[in-house]
Amino acid sequence: MLEAKALKKAFGSVKAVDGVSLRAARGETVGLLGPNGAGKTTTVSIVAGLLRPDSGEVLIEGRPLGGDTDPLKRQIGLVPQDVALYDELSAMQNLALFGALYGLGGARLKRATAEALDLAGLADRAKDKVAIFSGGMKRRLNIVAAMLHDPAIILLDEPTVGVDPQSRNAIFENLEIFKKRGKTLIYTTHYMEEAERVCDRLIIIDHGKVVADDTLRGLYRLVPATNLLNVELDRDIDGAALEDLRHLPEVKSAKMGGGVLKVGVPDLSAGAPRILAWLAEGGHSFHHISSERADLETVFLTLTGRKLRD
Amino acid sequence: MFTTWKALIRKDLRLFFSNRRALLMSVAAPIAIASFFGYALGGSGNAEHSKIPVLVADQDNSAISKEIVAMLAASKELDVKPSTLDAARAAVRKGKAIVAIGIPEGFGADASKAFFGGAKPKMEVLYDPSHSAEQAMVAGILTGEVMQAVSKETFSGPTGRKMVDDSLKRLEGDSSLPPAQKQALIGLLRSVRSWNDQNPGDSGQNSTGGLTMPYEMHAKAITSGSGVRYNGYAHAFGGMGIQFILFVGIDIGIGVLLLRQRGLWKRYRAAPLSRATLLGSRATSAAITSMFVLMVLFGFARLVFGVRIEGSMAGFLCICAAFSLMTAAFGLLIAALGKTPEATRGLAIFVTLIMVMLGGAWVPAFIFPQWLQSATLLVPTRWAMDGLDAMTWRGLGFSAAIGPIAVLTFCALLFGVIAVARFRWEES
Repeated sequence: MLEAKALKKAFGSVKAVDGVSLRAARGETVGLLGPNGAGKTTTVSIVAGLLRPDSGEVLIEGRPLGGDTDPLKRQIGLVPQDVALYDELSAMQNLALFGALYGLGGARLKRATAEALDLAGLADRAKDKVAIFSGGMKRRLNIVAAMLHDPAIILLDEPTVGVDPQSRNAIFENLEIFKKRGKTLIYTTHYMEEAERVCDRLIIIDHGKVVADDTLRGLYRLVPATNLLNVELDRDIDGAALEDLRHLPEVKSAKMGGGVLKVGVPDLSAGAPRILAWLAEGGHSFHHISSERADLETVFLTLTGRKLRD
Repeated sequence: MFTTWKALIRKDLRLFFSNRRALLMSVAAPIAIASFFGYALGGSGNAEHSKIPVLVADQDNSAISKEIVAMLAASKELDVKPSTLDAARAAVRKGKAIVAIGIPEGFGADASKAFFGGAKPKMEVLYDPSHSAEQAMVAGILTGEVMQAVSKETFSGPTGRKMVDDSLKRLEGDSSLPPAQKQALIGLLRSVRSWNDQNPGDSGQNSTGGLTMPYEMHAKAITSGSGVRYNGYAHAFGGMGIQFILFVGIDIGIGVLLLRQRGLWKRYRAAPLSRATLLGSRATSAAITSMFVLMVLFGFARLVFGVRIEGSMAGFLCICAAFSLMTAAFGLLIAALGKTPEATRGLAIFVTLIMVMLGGAWVPAFIFPQWLQSATLLVPTRWAMDGLDAMTWRGLGFSAAIGPIAVLTFCALLFGVIAVARFRWEES
């Protein structure tokens, strides 16, 4: 459906995008994950036709995306990072304008506008000016404004920035609807939880380069321990005993801090009983035990050596 | 494509008309300022001209000095009030009087003698340097009145009789003059005495004596036709219209920069639209808005102040259309050259005010120095202003509109080409 090949774009001496390639199949949701300034928005801008790459190309259905008036652009709907709406106009007037940009008019435009308002949950506020909308309402309208011409590919550039949890859930519900309709979604974010929730596949970008491209499960395989066992002990374990624990075959890492023993294990079902037995053998009593999975933060840290929100 | 074009223009017009404050600024502000300027510049031709306040300190109190003061007071252009010299000087210094005239003691007698070669008495004229034009006007009136009063008294009044008798005695005893010249002067003075003897007791009673101007001036305002008065509101509304329409142009340019800032530009660029559609629709809506403002202003001026298009209506409309196009291109130029809305607005307003000032929208260009008048021909607003004046109160035909239309259209094209060439289509 969508393919970008070896995209490069520099602004002066700054290489914003340095050889980024990506593919997205019909109905697939691909996340672009990376810290601020990683090159996500520049990549999306090139794919949307806003920026001309220094090299590389964007293919839609195998055909290269051309200049300003290329009809292939109709296959793309862009949700900009900013709330790109006219505050002075009503919700309906905004949608009518953005639909007209793609040549929609008459009954077709009316139908598309009504459907979009319905999808955004703003049908009863259609004639209200956007200026009086809440941040979440604006974000929802911002998203459906990209859907009026029924594009096959939707580019969402950090669509939940500054949104309250309720509106965020509403946005995710919209995305689910888009997926069910077979839309291809490219979703940029620096929120790991969103990427985990929404995306089928994730592309991690850092300093303008792709550092990983896989499913969530595949990415977790890249980290040494996919699970972390937290054991709250009555008293700390000394260094020698900790070193002994690290030598167990089921254990990848172990560290003690604040009365909590944190043990990294690749396989929780095999590792947890073995660790508990080791604790009992050593006479280390504990009063609470919990486990957590490695997350994308861990993946990013493993791949780049720095935190996602640095 | 037409659907998109129409939608983009409709959106711009909707935004313009929905912003009541901006609409008010675009229409009400120029109407208010133009009404004031129009009134100050002579209104519809019915208003009374204000008189120049003049203080006169008559220290002579002779028949001649009294005659001069009376003549000055009778002048339609002057508001004459008596004063002392010190009080008059203080009043001029404080700006409470524009011109003060001091007639020194002995002025009448000395002035009569000076007709025949004696020492000239000095009359003091004090004036506020910020009103040199008024001073020149008062000096002109004063010269005429002094000539008339002094000559009248010299040739017919008691002072003059005594002066003629004294001069005859002096001449008859003078041996230094060549005989031919002596006889000629004696003959002249005897003729004057003979004239005086036949017209006794006339001094100061009859204002028709003395030397008078050897011609009469018949001033006639040349307007579009006989019976049509000059209407100061026509120039004022043209000037303010030009100024505020250029402000509309600034808003258009800043609007594009705001589109970038608000991310809306990305939506436009993501759509399969040509650059011509994006900029052309913007220019079209700007031209429509500008034309609307001009029509409202001149409509108001017509209804309230009787401003008429005395010349070619087609010429007037074409000049308005050409200026509207130029304004639209000016707006695009601002959008192309500006970086941020905040930084661009101040500079654009400065450039606009300079253009408006040099164009003669505030004060007519003829008061500028000659070199500046020539230089302002490079400023499009000067052509717009001259064109609107020509089509309104000057009442000229379409041929007088061709120059302004050509220059304004050329400027529109020039600004448009530069704007398209320099427009940032990509964002870093």
